[in-house]
Amino acid sequence: MASLKKSHASSGSSHSKAAKFKRYLPLYLMFLPGAIYLLINNYIPMAGIIVAFKKYNARLGIWKSPFCGLANFEFLFASSDAWTITRNTLLYNQAFIVLNTVVGIIFAIFICDTFNKKLKKIYQSAILFPYLMSAVILGYIVYAFLSQSTGIVNNSILSALGKDAVNWYAEPKYWPFILIFVNTWKGVGYGCLIYISTINGIDPSLYEAASLDGATKWQQIKNITLPFLKPTVITLTLMSVGRIFYSDFGLFYQVPRDSGLLYSATNVIDTYVYRGLMKSGNVGMSAAAGFYQSIIGFIIVLTANGIVRKVSKENAMF
Amino acid sequence: MKEKPFSKYQILANAVMIIWTLAIILPFILLFMSSITDENTLVANGYSFFPKKFSLASYSYIIKSGGQILKAYGVSIGVTVVGTLLNVLLSALMAYPLSVKNLPGRNVMMFFVFFTMLFNGGIVPSYIMWTGTFHIKDTIFAQLLPNFLLSAWNVMMIRTYFTTSIPDGLYEAAEIDGASQFTIFWKIVLPLGKPILVTMGTFAGLAYWNDWTNGLYYIVKNTGLYNVQNLLNQMVQNIQFLTQSSNSNVTAAASTIPATGIQMAIAFVAILPIMLIFPSFQKYYAKGIALGAVKG
Repeated sequence: MASLKKSHASSGSSHSKAAKFKRYLPLYLMFLPGAIYLLINNYIPMAGIIVAFKKYNARLGIWKSPFCGLANFEFLFASSDAWTITRNTLLYNQAFIVLNTVVGIIFAIFICDTFNKKLKKIYQSAILFPYLMSAVILGYIVYAFLSQSTGIVNNSILSALGKDAVNWYAEPKYWPFILIFVNTWKGVGYGCLIYISTINGIDPSLYEAASLDGATKWQQIKNITLPFLKPTVITLTLMSVGRIFYSDFGLFYQVPRDSGLLYSATNVIDTYVYRGLMKSGNVGMSAAAGFYQSIIGFIIVLTANGIVRKVSKENAMF
Repeated sequence: MKEKPFSKYQILANAVMIIWTLAIILPFILLFMSSITDENTLVANGYSFFPKKFSLASYSYIIKSGGQILKAYGVSIGVTVVGTLLNVLLSALMAYPLSVKNLPGRNVMMFFVFFTMLFNGGIVPSYIMWTGTFHIKDTIFAQLLPNFLLSAWNVMMIRTYFTTSIPDGLYEAAEIDGASQFTIFWKIVLPLGKPILVTMGTFAGLAYWNDWTNGLYYIVKNTGLYNVQNLLNQMVQNIQFLTQSSNSNVTAAASTIPATGIQMAIAFVAILPIMLIFPSFQKYYAKGIALGAVKG
């Protein structure tokens, strides 16, 4: 302990660097276990991304497998899959971003304006709850509605309307709507809670002054609430746009129950990479798709952040 | 100050929110009702909010069958508890040095953590590494180690909390008193950081409880290491396999799949812990989500 005091006192002298290091050594040691984990879990796979350029052989491992140039990419982009998964990933994410923002803001305003405190609490709990469910459970719930012979939609709703049952898990045309609805059902609470906390931070006297001046509810929302929400919307949108090349694997795998008939409407980059690696054993193409996702994803994050930095610096991530 | 409780706007807002709340609650009720529906009724009449015949057979099957189902709950609970504790400890240990302002090399360390949020190598190299180098396939480490032990996001959140909530002079004061950095961490930082650690811990716990991907990739033969989510996923896969194949052994294989009611019962029991902790942990989830929008 005396040495600690001494090093503290002697900082600035010639051997201060060593003393400083000694003083801070325990802090570096604390950082170490987490750093080792990130090194293994995150950094080694970053280097391993090179497998996309190799003819992978499990016996040789990533490093010793022979290079094959761009062959994996040629195969990937020669197939129609590359286009399908890119289109699906981007279109779904666009729909998710727009809906989660618009619906999230509408719900947040409605909830904040609710008079009854109890109802307000119930609404807030309800929108959060599905967010905590696993994708597997989500798949089970959707199945209870859409199962061909036993699902509630075919059995109770369509039959009551005198319509024919639909084989939901075999008809791709319905799935964009189903997946977008399920994603909103599950995920709208996340943004909504953030908007609620932003709205709660607005000075109530602004609204009082506005209503004294005879402003309608809509005018108050347009001129007070929405401008205050703008920075939050930018931050959240930036975060989602940064992830636009990634999708929620669970949503696209569990909810359609991995049904092969639906792939044209449900296959995204993440499910494609999984199937290539685990099902068809096509490691090369899977790695190429993964590389494509990582690199484009990285460029998009940097670009999105760069644009926001130019437009409004305080909302940028870094 | 605001408009009357029964203004048109209030009625519209509440009507929309009541419909949405029902749209959220009803599916869970349907799930529960089908778990207590008699199996034959379920097959004949389909899922229903008002089943004609009730039965607790599914739940008694779960308890009596013992074996795999209870074991899967054991794996879920064990991995969630151990994983969450390790996650919180590692994150706090990592976040504390990052919050000490004059630590040499702090920016490099920050970048090291932050960069993992911007770029990742994807599942193919990860899979090859975890299975080829660390041989975690079909071991309990497969449920524990990949992806969820530490997240850069949690570390950033905790660091921000430490920098803003722990007074600056505290470390120096404790140092002069002769306390080691580890003592400071244990006696001052952890207790002061409790609110953020609990908040981030609830998310780590949820991630472990809900995870089914590690099992999907890394538990292949040793199905005794399945957690509840893996078990539920496996049942779906088996049914998909049967409905998509024209194999004549289908009927034989079909009898080994627990009936629909039992699947729903397992699913319900998988949600149950979340339902039980929800009232007391809700504020942490809400707080953690709200924090997410405030950059570190």
